[in-house]
Amino acid sequence: MLPKSFMRSVIVVLVTGLGVSAASAQRLSGRVKVDGSSTVAPIMMAAAEMYGEQEPRVQVTVGISGTGGGFKKFLEQRADLRTDISDASRPIKASERELAAKFGIEYIEIPIAYDGIAVVIHPDNNWCKDLTVEELRRIWSPNSQIRNWSQIRSGFPDVPLKLYGPGPDSGTFDYFVEAIVEKEKACRNDYTASEDDNVLVQGVTGDKGGLGYFGFSYYVANKSRLGLVAITGEGGKPVKPSVETIRNGTYSPLSRPMFIYVNKEASYRPEVKGFVNFLIDNAVKIVEHPTVSYVGLSSELYAAGRERFAKGITGSVFATPDAAGKSLEQVYLGR
Amino acid sequence: MSASDALFEPRKQRRALVARLFHAACVLITGGAVVVLGVLLYRVWHDGSELLSLEFLDRFPSQITPEKAGVKSALWGTVWLIGLTAAVAIPTGVGAAVYLQEYAPRNAFTRLIQLNIANLAGVPSIVYGLLGLAVFVRWLRFDRSVLSGSLTMSLLILPVVIIASREAIAAVPNSIREAAFALGATRWQTVRHHVLPAAAPGILTGVILSMARAMGETAPLIMIGALTYIRFVPGGTHEAAPGLAGWVGWFGEAIRDPFVVLPIQIFNWAEQAQPIFHKLAAAGIVVLLTVMLILNGAAVVLRAFWQRKQP
Repeated sequence: MLPKSFMRSVIVVLVTGLGVSAASAQRLSGRVKVDGSSTVAPIMMAAAEMYGEQEPRVQVTVGISGTGGGFKKFLEQRADLRTDISDASRPIKASERELAAKFGIEYIEIPIAYDGIAVVIHPDNNWCKDLTVEELRRIWSPNSQIRNWSQIRSGFPDVPLKLYGPGPDSGTFDYFVEAIVEKEKACRNDYTASEDDNVLVQGVTGDKGGLGYFGFSYYVANKSRLGLVAITGEGGKPVKPSVETIRNGTYSPLSRPMFIYVNKEASYRPEVKGFVNFLIDNAVKIVEHPTVSYVGLSSELYAAGRERFAKGITGSVFATPDAAGKSLEQVYLGR
Repeated sequence: MSASDALFEPRKQRRALVARLFHAACVLITGGAVVVLGVLLYRVWHDGSELLSLEFLDRFPSQITPEKAGVKSALWGTVWLIGLTAAVAIPTGVGAAVYLQEYAPRNAFTRLIQLNIANLAGVPSIVYGLLGLAVFVRWLRFDRSVLSGSLTMSLLILPVVIIASREAIAAVPNSIREAAFALGATRWQTVRHHVLPAAAPGILTGVILSMARAMGETAPLIMIGALTYIRFVPGGTHEAAPGLAGWVGWFGEAIRDPFVVLPIQIFNWAEQAQPIFHKLAAAGIVVLLTVMLILNGAAVVLRAFWQRKQP
């Protein structure tokens, strides 16, 4: 095992080394069109900016159409309107893969970072330290009758429960509902919904009985005004989200991977190739930058992504049905 | 109290009370609106003023060093968008209004056209976005460019420009036209030298109001794909060859460039997690409001100028 992975990293170093020396010999130019998830957008904007310092004549544009909207532009029938890279806060769906096959679009899937979903309460809430997945499911399932904290767990006080969460157009909503309620798009609808996470932050900070969920980075930015709830998943022990617990997968099931999908044909263009390699090589620096504040993957996963891109391995590893529920390590590294 | 007093002052006290109450209500409503606006402006200024500077206008948005970010791409995107929109919508809109008011026969067909224009003014802006996406982006292959954006915006504001211009032209006294005709002027000379100058202040008001609307509008631009983070301005990455032909070529390239506008940049910042971006959003709002103020101020000055030129 060791010699093989060692050989692999030698090859990777050689390949990327060659790429960098070729790039520095001749200045690249051209445009790279990126579109997709608003969650992943800060990563792509930071990457575009840093890459612009290295290659000032390459212009990277980043659109924010949402994961589904981004795939619509990535899998566009007309080749001249297609984006080069689609960023996504979930793997490509079966319907989108069919569309790609129909138009003969090949794409390379590269995992880029993790995002955690934080479950938050008012800072003065001193009774709720942790919740189990089962309790969250009872709170958020369709037609749930839970309207008071005392209904969640015996011992919780008689305080009205006010729920805050993203609306159904959000990728965070999709992921939370699938991980917790385990039925796509099935969630109670009598809660304060907003696509803007800052509105949810405002809501929970102003409401002692408030309970909400949104991206971990929004919790980090508003730490002093919010209380964080530990989640008890399959491990049986309550775990709070943090960079470590999200990266090593113990904050489960509420941490999710984010991806970029590169159009294979576009990946032959030097400016696209240069940008993607730059993103992978500097991924931890970019995704854990204080104004991006996501969680980087393990270096093995980035190496796997680099190799997929260098070899031009197309298709999604999530296309097989048994990939559901597996970690990135399991699907990309076969562990 | 004589009989005539009673005739002129029936229930005088009650009427006077109603009049005072109405006056008070008007003051209250106006005052309330002004206070809300004042609070809004104060909060925006309070949040954004520390980041406002001349450099803020000349720096690109930045994710990694937000304290050194600016609105350059969005400000120039807005300037290009509004400039092109004005160049398309004003001649077309005023021309249509002149035709409908001065030339077109009054029959069922022109009445149908007028009804449709009035209806179009009430169509939600997202519908224009869909139209722009289908016609300009896809069918005419202008791509997701500032050209597609401004043509879509032109369609959006055309009904307002036409209606406002028609009202202004209709308000020009007929005696002016008759006097011109009596002196042997043609229809064109009458319109050019008498009707349009007299109607200009009204036309200008309508045009400026619709431009301000185009400047704050986002939905159709998001539809055609302007929700984009870019670090260059339209035309900023092309070299113009010397001479007129080179300049025309540069212009042709520039209007096919992708773009972002101020409201979209503000939205992009307001959505992010870190408080520094919310300050940037506030500073962006101040810039947008200032541009609008300049535009509206120019309208007032121009209108005063035209009115003074009237005999």
